[in-house]
Amino acid sequence: MAGLTYLKSVVTLELSADQCTGCRMCTTVCPHDVFVIKEKRARIVNRDACMECGACAQNCPGDAISVRSGLCGCASIFIRGQKHGRMTRYFFRMWGYEV
Amino acid sequence: MIVFGIFTFESSRKATQEMDTQSCRDNELQKNQECCCRAEMKKPDVPTNGIKHGLRKGKQEDGQHWIAGYVDTPVGRIPRIETTLQFKDRLGSWKARWSIGRMDYAVDPGLYAVGDPDPKSPVFVSANYKMSFDVLRSHLKGMSAWVLVLDTKGINVWCAAGKGTFGTDEIVNRIQQTGLSEVISHRTIIVPQLGAPGVSAHRVKEQSGYRVIYGPVRASDIPPFVENHFKTTPEMRIVQFGLIDRLVLTPIEIVSWGRRMFWGKHGLVLILMLLLVSGLDRSGFALKKVLILGPEALLMYAAAFLCGTFFTPLLLPWLPGRALSVKGAFLGLLVVLGVGWYRWGAPGGLGVKVNILAWLFLLPTISSFIAVTFVGATTYTSLSGVFKEMKRAVPAYIATTIIGVVLLVFGQFA
Repeated sequence: MAGLTYLKSVVTLELSADQCTGCRMCTTVCPHDVFVIKEKRARIVNRDACMECGACAQNCPGDAISVRSGLCGCASIFIRGQKHGRMTRYFFRMWGYEV
Repeated sequence: MIVFGIFTFESSRKATQEMDTQSCRDNELQKNQECCCRAEMKKPDVPTNGIKHGLRKGKQEDGQHWIAGYVDTPVGRIPRIETTLQFKDRLGSWKARWSIGRMDYAVDPGLYAVGDPDPKSPVFVSANYKMSFDVLRSHLKGMSAWVLVLDTKGINVWCAAGKGTFGTDEIVNRIQQTGLSEVISHRTIIVPQLGAPGVSAHRVKEQSGYRVIYGPVRASDIPPFVENHFKTTPEMRIVQFGLIDRLVLTPIEIVSWGRRMFWGKHGLVLILMLLLVSGLDRSGFALKKVLILGPEALLMYAAAFLCGTFFTPLLLPWLPGRALSVKGAFLGLLVVLGVGWYRWGAPGGLGVKVNILAWLFLLPTISSFIAVTFVGATTYTSLSGVFKEMKRAVPAYIATTIIGVVLLVFGQFA
């Protein structure tokens, strides 16, 4: 998707090649073409395009992929939709204070 | 900071009223409350077993127009659905886009038939949000297939997948409840690719014996997908975020932010405060000043609203920066600079200049803040990115809001 990439080097996507079975499932489910299969193993080639939807991790039979997914983890989690005071706590945690 | 305070208050109340015990994958982030994608979790209605069909809750009378007869199967009569959308369907989608009846725009979960399906016909899985269902059926024209509608509480496939309601468990349950295995002879289901964040194909296989094939991202690619022997091409798997995709999302932004900023309870308070401030004077308060400066202030306020809700989503790829907050702030800045360039030398002396300076801080803050909330609607932003962005943007917002408000008040007395 030319022109629209989000922040660089923030994605939590991790792939452990040892556990990869080469089943290609990650390349099938990824909506942003993050993976390729090379030498029967998955590889991350388009890391910054990852939107952390978690589809790959869900569908990896070898549990080789981990990602902190939050598909709908929109900014609204900061603004609304949390129990009273939750937002404030989020903010404190973001800057390293435990509340 | 009043603005932020109000949002928190409003939301927290809503959230506690509508808390649901939906499990989520990330404990820290409970992704289960009201969301930009309308994923406001509801308690499920009376569990449906695939026999009762139609729209829920009092919409029965006009909810059946898309059922065109029935197909007899070993598990009973299965409704046959139309593949041509009627005006009612389009109107319904349009209304949902504008947040009218959006929270109750659902079809009953269960099994449906398209055309004249036999036990060998393919099974397409969908969500029970009426818009998702409509998009799917309108692209099954001329086909014979089964449609298995999951109970996603009236939420679209992608958002429901993100929350796990469109998920492995629901698929396995729905297959059992509808008796799908007695209707079809094969053991393959076609799940939309955007459902994959909630579905684990290998676990579905383990638990139900069904093989999951991921279909294309866009329902319009279903006919070529079927022709291609149920294989997606790389193009079918990529999610886009084109002009039209962004444009259709703006009404909901306008309505939800309009409520907060204009016609909602808190919006009215904000506007009242803005008018009160614009009337401040060295002599105290002058109504005459409200009549002159009030509309100006409201125009700036409305410009910030439009920048954030409409123009940022629309111009997204062409705005500078990667962060949405930067994109929104940039557009806001442009507006203020434009107005400032035009108004800087206007009569009124220092007051006018300070007023423009105040909006130089306030307008980009508002538009940037609205723009940031659009991350939930985009198809390319990651949660970690949102964290990073908010971490930097929120202190900036706090600072600019305070400076802006101080300048705004000060300008009245200058």
